[in-house]
Amino acid sequence: MYRYSEFDSRFVRLRAQQFRDQLERWQAGELSEEAFKPLRLQNGWYVQRFAPMLRVAVPYGVISAAQLRVLATVARDYDHKEDHDTSQAQAGLSEVPTLPDRCAHFTTRQNVQFNWIPLQRAADVMDLLASVGLHGIQTSGNCIRNTTTDALAGIAVDEVADPRPFAEILRQWSTLHPEFAFLPRKFKVAITGAREDRAATPWHDVGLRLLRDAEGELGFEVRVGGGMGRTPLIGRVVRSFLPWHQLLNYLEAIVRAYNRFGRRDNIYKARIKILVKAEGQNFVDAVEEEYHGIVHTDGAPHTITEAQLAAMQAHFVPPELRCDRKSADEKVAHILAAATADDREFSRWLERNVAPHQNPDLRAVTLSFKRPGQAPGDATAEQLERAAELAERYSAGELRVTHEQNLLLPWVRCDALPELWRDARRLGLARPNIGLLTDMIACPGGDFCDLANARSLPLAQALLQRYTDLDELHDIGPVDLHISGCINSCGHHHSGHIGILGVDKDGQEWYQVTLGGSDGSQASGDAVPGRVIGRSFAASEVPDVIEALLHTYRLQRQPGESFLATLRRTGAEPYRDAADAVRTQTSEGVDA
Amino acid sequence: MSAAAPPLQLFLASDFAAPEAPEQRLSLPNDADPANLNLQGIGVVELHFTRFTDGRAFSQAFLLRRRLGFAGTLRATGDVLLDQLLQMQRCGFTEAVLRADQSLAQARQLLTHYPAFYQLDAWSGTTRRQA
Repeated sequence: MYRYSEFDSRFVRLRAQQFRDQLERWQAGELSEEAFKPLRLQNGWYVQRFAPMLRVAVPYGVISAAQLRVLATVARDYDHKEDHDTSQAQAGLSEVPTLPDRCAHFTTRQNVQFNWIPLQRAADVMDLLASVGLHGIQTSGNCIRNTTTDALAGIAVDEVADPRPFAEILRQWSTLHPEFAFLPRKFKVAITGAREDRAATPWHDVGLRLLRDAEGELGFEVRVGGGMGRTPLIGRVVRSFLPWHQLLNYLEAIVRAYNRFGRRDNIYKARIKILVKAEGQNFVDAVEEEYHGIVHTDGAPHTITEAQLAAMQAHFVPPELRCDRKSADEKVAHILAAATADDREFSRWLERNVAPHQNPDLRAVTLSFKRPGQAPGDATAEQLERAAELAERYSAGELRVTHEQNLLLPWVRCDALPELWRDARRLGLARPNIGLLTDMIACPGGDFCDLANARSLPLAQALLQRYTDLDELHDIGPVDLHISGCINSCGHHHSGHIGILGVDKDGQEWYQVTLGGSDGSQASGDAVPGRVIGRSFAASEVPDVIEALLHTYRLQRQPGESFLATLRRTGAEPYRDAADAVRTQTSEGVDA
Repeated sequence: MSAAAPPLQLFLASDFAAPEAPEQRLSLPNDADPANLNLQGIGVVELHFTRFTDGRAFSQAFLLRRRLGFAGTLRATGDVLLDQLLQMQRCGFTEAVLRADQSLAQARQLLTHYPAFYQLDAWSGTTRRQA
């Protein structure tokens, strides 16, 4: 992984110092609330229902065991519910005692969030994070956010080229970019280097896909204008092949055009997707004209040279690891034979949680953070420390935060799989449910978030409790279930095969259910938002609705046919009917 | 890193009187396209921040300085606050007329906080890309 130079480390420490000064001026009343707000946001501090939320950047999802330990310390020592006055809790939401604290939360954008750190302790936390190169730079606010990528970047067997060197170049280019700190709205870039899109790139403000042209030259397909929210849009391809060395020159053109022409009069119309949709080819022409100016008048100042790319690639040399595959096969066979009760679970784990690797001696292993009793993507201080130990023992000290809110160990020797499985299972992190129904994406919802219309966590919990039978889960097969507590879509409901969206009516929580969305992966087909099936449901009805949808699938499917494929073949009608049939609260024309 | 930007001259709006003749000055609205300007005889371009969170003037400044090679004074006016001065300097501004409630002493201090940055600014021709 990228190793911080003295320049990088010092920069992060200076940023923490700068934030301390800003915080102190705000506390002293020298800096107004209005002037402080974008400063704290661009350091990751966001105000929620009970307490601030801190979003820590994990650049392109790559994190070290040492960094994970510091996150554990933050969770244990700072993420305390009892430090806050929670007596003002809104009626209708979860009882405060049920809400998790002393834990970290993995986000769909590969970052890590904390929900209970008092602002008074914020500067201390930033100093602590800076001690291992962590920070909250541009994790919120109207600026260029953390670049996300494939959790299998640099190790995926279907990779055209490693996106991490480019993601790091993007991190450096975008960090405190003086021109782009006050864009009309947030700006998210995702990059993938693989044939399979595991980074949902068409759903981003800019989606980059590495590919090779007919001559074998490396470049990017560039999409602009994707996004979720109340206007879900898929990014438009503005360049089918941009030579790799022009990446920053072209991105500067895109972001400058957006900064100049994006709407600033209406927060709901301020994302670049609205500009791209409204202006169409005019927007593309404006970007091309600006790009022409950057290349020909400015002298293409951001051109990435061969030497720069090579130097960056040198940071991402794989660790030296080998194993004897013959003995690995024997070990796995031994484990399979050893315990009859366990073998299905181990073989299922191999099937669901273990991915092939560019190095045939190695595997990528996902630790599942989707289990009953904890919110999807939540990890306690203890679990973070244990995961750090697993990374040190089995994965060269490196982990990835995945888009699906799990942790992935990228460098696991295949002969270590049985031991890793036993250790992970002991920690409750070996649930073989990756890609299955309970590997759901969920936002923190109304329990924490001020924007949310409805809660996500109790719903996620109800489903995690209901679907514990692994036979059943494996029989249902791959389903992307995505839950958002409001239309801001942090839980990516638009791209779920099954999407659940919290909506508010008369101060009550209701849920819309959508079907047929796709993140753009090969299994899910072209990126597309799901479609709402009928009126909203009451919270109490939703688990039954999910069960009815899955039951319908099992009745309708042909051998080997996935949920999504079956739905696309039959259309939504039978699913809508099945969902309507389990209405109780909303059955008597109670219009939600 | 980029070569050091020229110093940013700081003023308080309450004390500031423009020294140049009005005909040497051009005041641009945020939606003006710098490419269409006639800069003949213009010594000062003023870019006005209606709100400090409206970042269009940063792009205008970049274009004036780097694209058009404007060598005169680039002045920031309006909602000009301490914590955006560094950005203004790096985008090509040479003067900042701060909102009257801001502290000049603090402003000078904040401008020296970072010895270097990752990316090019409007002034420089080389970049330091960490590798």
